[in-house]
Amino acid sequence: MDIDYQSKISKVVNGIAPSAIRRFFDLANEMKGEVISLSIGEPDFVTPWNIREAGIFSLEDGNTHYSPNQGYIEVRKAISEYLQRRFDLKYDPKSQILVTVGGSEALDLIARSLIDPGDEVIILEPCFVAYKATVTLAHGVPVVIETKEEDEYRLKPEALEAAITDKTKYIILGYPGNPTGATMSRDDLAAIKDVLVRHPNIFVVSDELYSELSYTGERPVSIASFPELYDRTIVVNGFSKSFAMTGWRIGYMAGPAPLVAAMNKVHQYCIMCSPTTAQYAVIEACRNGDKEVDEMREEYNRRRRVIIKGLNDAGLKCFAPTGAFYAFPSIEGLGLSSEKFCERFLMEKKVAIVPGNAFGKCGEGHVRISYAASMENIQEAMKRLKEFVSDLKEENK
Amino acid sequence: MLNRIELLQLVEHNARVKIADLATMLNASEEEIAAELEACKKDNVILGYTTMINWEKTERETVTALIEVRITPQRNQGFDKIASQFYRYPQVSSCFLMSGGFDLMLIIEDSTLREVANFVSEKIAPLEGVLSTATHFILKKYKSNGTLFTQKPKDDRETIVL
Repeated sequence: MDIDYQSKISKVVNGIAPSAIRRFFDLANEMKGEVISLSIGEPDFVTPWNIREAGIFSLEDGNTHYSPNQGYIEVRKAISEYLQRRFDLKYDPKSQILVTVGGSEALDLIARSLIDPGDEVIILEPCFVAYKATVTLAHGVPVVIETKEEDEYRLKPEALEAAITDKTKYIILGYPGNPTGATMSRDDLAAIKDVLVRHPNIFVVSDELYSELSYTGERPVSIASFPELYDRTIVVNGFSKSFAMTGWRIGYMAGPAPLVAAMNKVHQYCIMCSPTTAQYAVIEACRNGDKEVDEMREEYNRRRRVIIKGLNDAGLKCFAPTGAFYAFPSIEGLGLSSEKFCERFLMEKKVAIVPGNAFGKCGEGHVRISYAASMENIQEAMKRLKEFVSDLKEENK
Repeated sequence: MLNRIELLQLVEHNARVKIADLATMLNASEEEIAAELEACKKDNVILGYTTMINWEKTERETVTALIEVRITPQRNQGFDKIASQFYRYPQVSSCFLMSGGFDLMLIIEDSTLREVANFVSEKIAPLEGVLSTATHFILKKYKSNGTLFTQKPKDDRETIVL
């Protein structure tokens, strides 16, 4: 029997275009082992041992059951203390924190709990690929603001003002940012706050997954720390990036109690609760993880400097990233699209990086280079990049 | 401002990092790095550069021994005098004054069973002030000075879209 499966899939899912660079990733994965990969958006570090051990001990102790939907209260207390200590944010563990399956689930819960069909959500491209998809899947309409290299990929208040309509439900801010490595200072955020104060119906979703990885020399500022916005901001954070815990799948959101209660409702029907083992591990992460986090940040910072120098040596224009673990150099003037550039770099020099158009149309003309890789691999890759760029310039002569 | 501790931590586990790379990593000039390393040597902070060798992977069959020594401290000199009588032997690679059940810990590396036996019975035990010794041999090195002696883990992360 012939079934037209495609026609059976919902319009909204069918409407999401398959990733244009899927083919490229398949190719990179096939060549794994012979290539240096600077393409991966996850730490190369293994979760610190004390955190792993806490997870292992919880299994030995027989903690293999469901937890309360919202997460163990002990975990929420630990998260609350951590947010207070590291970011000066106050959240009540009982009513304002929900433990999720990574930051990604939090983004999905927010979209499904806040959006009615047709509501608009402002997202800033180039950005993490899930922002647009979670909004679309929840029948919302993503409204894209293209942030620019000359603004160091920061959101400008004029651009925000221009994008707001009476249908705007919320805006997603992702700083420090994937794929650009951009950060927003307190002053930058204050200017955004001023715009939002004039539009009291708009919520802010602040994706702070990379908040521990900021290299400005100052502690990162959360937009939720402005009293005017505290009641309208949902902070999304997690342990994947800062504690090198991607595979544990654990994150959280913190925000106004009525919203957290609504999201907990969605969460309980689709997930039940976050993985119990991971919950036990993150109690240890929150309470005894600062030293390891700081050490990993120092190492990323050294690699960041090596990457910036490597890109300059190769002759690629790059805004100096101040957060996360990515650089997003421009490849304009070399005569290749970002996809073609990455494909040829992979085939000819055996280094995998990601085409900028994966992160939104305006990412074209750029490539994302991750420095979540060993120093030796970064140094070797930068050497090969220099050769590759000089080969291209030779061709273009 | 160049951070001496960070510089030392970097060269502690890899003394072969090039000055130019250290300069990039620490956001300093090559001259500053060279001067700081020189200053560290002068201050006796950096005492030398060694190579981590896993002798088990070579054909040399050697042992590492840890020798606990209980001694009587000497008037006016404490433990220092007698310790110096031990650590002057070139085969003693480390010598520590310890708290706890014994006083000095001597480490002899890259030696043979016979050499260690002779050393303990002929040089250490008969020395005046030595009350007793206990010698332990290392059977297998898993990790030493922060370096794993077992196989290094491979980077097998998958490329995924995020």
